[in-house]
Amino acid sequence: MKPSAFGYVRPETLEEALDFLADHEGAAVLAGGQSLITTLNMRLASPEYVVDINRIECLSHLTQEGDEVVVGALVRHAEVAASPLILDHVPLVAKAMEHVAHPAIRNRGTCCGSLAYADPAAEMPPCAFALDARLVLANRSERRTVAARDFFLGVYETARRQDELLIEVRFPVARPQEYFGFAELTRRHGDFALVGAAIRAQCQRRRILALDIVVFAAVANLVVSKAATRLAVGREWSDELVDAVASGVAEEMEPMDNLQGRPETKRLQGATLLRRALNKMMAEVDHAAG
Amino acid sequence: MAKSSDSLIGKSVARPQAERAVAGRGYYTDDIAAAGMAHAVFLRSPHAHARIGRVDLEAVRSAPGVIAAFSGADLAKICKPWQTRLALMPGHYSAAQPPMAIDESCWQGEAVAIVVAESRAQAEDSLELAQVEWESLPAVVDPEAALAQDAPLVHGDLQSNLAIDHRIEKGDTAAAFSHAATIVEHRFHFGRQTGVTLEPRSILAAFDRRTELLTVYQSTQVPFQMREVYAEQLGLNPDQVRVIVPDVGGAFGLKLHAYADEIAVVAAAMLVGRPIRFTADRLESFVSDSHAREAIATARMALGKDGMITGVEVDLIGGFGAYSIYPRSSVGEIMQTIQLVGACYEFSAYRGRMRGAYQNKPPSGAYRGVGEPLAMAITEQMIEFAAAAIGMDPLEFRRRHYRKTSREPTTTTAGVVLEDLSLQVCQQKLIEHMDYHELRREQTSLRHQGIYRGIGLSAFIEMSAGPSLYGPQGVRIAGHESCRLRLEGSGRIQAFSSSTDQGQGIATGISQVIAAEFGIPFEAVRITCGDTNLTPYGSGAWASRGMSYGGEAALLAARQLRANVLAIAASLLQVNAADLHIENGIVYDAAGVEQTTVANVAATACYSPHQIPLSTVPPLEVQERFFAKNVPYLSGNGIQAALVEVDIGTGLVSLLKCWVVDDCGRVINPQLVDEQIRGGLVQAIGGALYERCIYSEDGQLLNGTLADYLLPMAGEMPDIDVFHVSTPTFSTQLGAKGVGEAGTIGGLGCIWTAVNDALRPLGARVTHQPFTPEHVLDCIAAASSGKQSETDRSALGG
Amino acid sequence: MRRAERGDLVAIAFHLNRRPIQISVAPRCHLADMLREQLLLTGTHLSCEHGVCGACNVMVNGVVIRACLMLAVQVDGAEVLTIEGLTADGLIADLQRAFVARNALQCGFCTPGMLMTAHELLARQPAPSREEIRIALSGNYCRCTGYHAIVDAIETVASQRRGAAVG
Repeated sequence: MKPSAFGYVRPETLEEALDFLADHEGAAVLAGGQSLITTLNMRLASPEYVVDINRIECLSHLTQEGDEVVVGALVRHAEVAASPLILDHVPLVAKAMEHVAHPAIRNRGTCCGSLAYADPAAEMPPCAFALDARLVLANRSERRTVAARDFFLGVYETARRQDELLIEVRFPVARPQEYFGFAELTRRHGDFALVGAAIRAQCQRRRILALDIVVFAAVANLVVSKAATRLAVGREWSDELVDAVASGVAEEMEPMDNLQGRPETKRLQGATLLRRALNKMMAEVDHAAG
Repeated sequence: MAKSSDSLIGKSVARPQAERAVAGRGYYTDDIAAAGMAHAVFLRSPHAHARIGRVDLEAVRSAPGVIAAFSGADLAKICKPWQTRLALMPGHYSAAQPPMAIDESCWQGEAVAIVVAESRAQAEDSLELAQVEWESLPAVVDPEAALAQDAPLVHGDLQSNLAIDHRIEKGDTAAAFSHAATIVEHRFHFGRQTGVTLEPRSILAAFDRRTELLTVYQSTQVPFQMREVYAEQLGLNPDQVRVIVPDVGGAFGLKLHAYADEIAVVAAAMLVGRPIRFTADRLESFVSDSHAREAIATARMALGKDGMITGVEVDLIGGFGAYSIYPRSSVGEIMQTIQLVGACYEFSAYRGRMRGAYQNKPPSGAYRGVGEPLAMAITEQMIEFAAAAIGMDPLEFRRRHYRKTSREPTTTTAGVVLEDLSLQVCQQKLIEHMDYHELRREQTSLRHQGIYRGIGLSAFIEMSAGPSLYGPQGVRIAGHESCRLRLEGSGRIQAFSSSTDQGQGIATGISQVIAAEFGIPFEAVRITCGDTNLTPYGSGAWASRGMSYGGEAALLAARQLRANVLAIAASLLQVNAADLHIENGIVYDAAGVEQTTVANVAATACYSPHQIPLSTVPPLEVQERFFAKNVPYLSGNGIQAALVEVDIGTGLVSLLKCWVVDDCGRVINPQLVDEQIRGGLVQAIGGALYERCIYSEDGQLLNGTLADYLLPMAGEMPDIDVFHVSTPTFSTQLGAKGVGEAGTIGGLGCIWTAVNDALRPLGARVTHQPFTPEHVLDCIAAASSGKQSETDRSALGG
Repeated sequence: MRRAERGDLVAIAFHLNRRPIQISVAPRCHLADMLREQLLLTGTHLSCEHGVCGACNVMVNGVVIRACLMLAVQVDGAEVLTIEGLTADGLIADLQRAFVARNALQCGFCTPGMLMTAHELLARQPAPSREEIRIALSGNYCRCTGYHAIVDAIETVASQRRGAAVG
């Protein structure tokens, strides 16, 4: 299909963009376009204007500021995947990148775009959630920072207001004693996941101080698993613990019933995925503990 | 064969068409623009079944860029409806189908109105202004439900949703089963699939009112068939219709059919008086291309005390969609399934029953293998279950039952005439090449580590070509193929073939045959396919007839042309024609001394014919046709194997490696043949693991995008080793049998047996194709809770 | 700030296959349609318009992107290379020869997009394993070949290039 007709606006500055968004409710923001243009091509969306922010220079930064790595709105997935800053300081995102789509999509799609779109099967939202990254939103009048755990409200639903632009995401730099795991189950490489997990752990030798597990794809809402926290914090890594956490988190899941499968299937698959991801983490912890 | 040029036969010559394609110089129908060309878009029914009231296109007609808009009733004024009929199966009734639905629309996606505009985008904009009164009617989706007593009728003109009910019976199956020492039974579900050609359906039609000639560029496999259809439906003579086939971006049987929306484009072109181009976009392809494979089969196999098969029964229901597809009908898939179940093996009693069920879904049609993949999948599972039931190695079980080789054609229990097969040899070769026994050892040791690998086999038979499938049914499709050769004054040959090429390389293979038989270099042949004004009459590409029939026609024509040239040369040289031969375009005597060139002879015959001292100078333009007389089909065979690993924690099936041993008789171009086999096998993998058109209860397609309908991509596909055995057909001189569908025919069966082999220690079996992770997990769970899936009543322990 | 209303055309200027172009396009026209319909470069193919199949791959500013997921207006000021331009440059001549020789294409519809991906893969990863080649190709749908021959052709070229580099 061809898109419905729309007006086109290409601001040169952030101010111009935010002005326009404030004055035009029927405007859609075009960054990477990998999701937006797909929906336009299917006439699933018919905005009055498309606001092309790709010329705005101040949105292309990928830098470290203190204990955060800052990724601007126009930073492409490919840049994130190739970034030494991300590899060294945000290993969870680095692990997730190999699962994101395909080269041509990664060359164009943006990290912030993925966060703003909030597809339940996308990789960036659970990473941001697990790390409780900070998302910076701006509109004409103000700039505000929202914690990732307050930003994602549901399927394609976020705290971003219609006149706001997500201008950057600030990932916390990994601290010593932190371990990360990312796993997803797909039918084919690069597909949206059937079920996935983003994991952040904090360990003192083999003792677990924190275990944040965020299941995604199979579920409509991102949550940090309470079961994992309850079962693991204060305990030491062991095969039994891994099994208990995997089962506990799977049981706690509220999977959607859809073309990808029934809820009990997703729990089964989720448990398997988690067991393997946690075993991997345990091996890393053991290795570091010597 | 001519002497040195016959090194071309069996040579992996690169395809000239490939040189264009890699440079982006492909020439597909959507690439073609005509002066004054407009674009067509369809309003498609959003309902699986609905009565259509008022169709108001007034606002559409006034929208920007719109040239015309027609309803089904508008087109009916110049375009007749058609009705699929099979003369030999009068019980098969299909409702008459108009180019666009008029009072009743019978599947979600059926075209109801057409808009012609300056651009596709404007046409789509205007459709939003169309006003159609819909009255939603009950929809029938499931094939078994369609055949139930009280099922709503799929179409108002049907008396019942039963499209056809046909049986094959030979021998006494009742006795075989009542006296059986062992019976295995299984129920199979085959999901509905669609071909997903990368190039969607595409057509550009122009009726020139000055010359009263209709020209249609179309991405089709069968230009002569389409010429007949357009002529018939639009009240023209076939000689007023020219169908030209540019490059085709994949067909696989999808593009064999006469599509209502394509006929509507032609009708609109006649009404509007401007060329109109229509290319289906991907979303509409899913709801308007032909579908295939949807079937449920219950199979039973009886074994005697000696462990030999005494009888086989199959009861098959196929989903036809809303109409029996035109003009070939939707019967082919289920017919070939029940004809070919068990065909590789010998047993004396067989009963096959096939029923076609209409549904409120797109019409189903031919798709690579047409029923043969189902037949092999059913057969090979039953073979495996039977072998397991009596504790026999499945290799040995197959060896004991394979059809014996025979120089003369034989007839299977189901009544299918087969040429000489080579199944024993193929199996032997496979076992050696794949190092089967080592893989079994590895499988056992990995099982101790909780890794579930499976090794699956599928023997198969590929029925190809065939002159008499349609003519006797009263369907106007040619049974032969033809080739015309023109020797130019330059010494080059221009060839015209009725065969068509969608990338498999038929054009190249035929050129090899011509060059080899005649005696000129490959590069001196230019071949044209796919133009009903230029090529001789024939039927095109289907049932893998390209090299077997098209190649044979070319062989005969080249031989005749060579004889003509040598007759002329001999008369010019005043020698005996029998003492001359042609090699690389040069005419030699028996001693190998150059006498003249083909170019000289041709130039003389073209420009100075009076110099030739013959009372009748034979022509340098020769045409031959061919069809096999002694067998209704050519029959190739082979065996495939797959090594898979099933992750029992997620249900995911990984393909580690595949092997194919294929016997297609004489191989003209080994690389092209191997690649056909590989591509066909991956297509089968698509069906085995990924592909299914998922419908809601009310007939809505739920996964009609490329993101949701899963297709095999490079990351998950295995390397495939291909080997050959060669049993040339005696039906032709060339000896080539069809091979284009071989990979698909055996592929589903061997993935199925492989997955079941992996799950054997768990007592689980998969029953529904595709074997999605969820289905695999469900089957494992059912086995562990003691409930064997479905109505499977095997004599196995568990 | 550039602004066009619905129904306006937008004038853009860019480099197409090393040549400067000036053209007016509708905002809603995607890059693939501009190339195919207005500029008559039909080597870039359309098959899904949802970014999945890869048949429409072209290079914009040196990276491979989906031409169906970029608006034509977005290439204003950019360098665009289609399969025609890549061919004219000779940059993928070895890949093209290898594809033909190995019959790594049948109907040819996926081929331009496939070659784009292969070209970028070898530029980024000169010595990919078969597995890595398959992963890189995982966004290009081919229905005809089953991918084996394509992997062979790319592997061959990678090895040839390394051999040539070593000298």
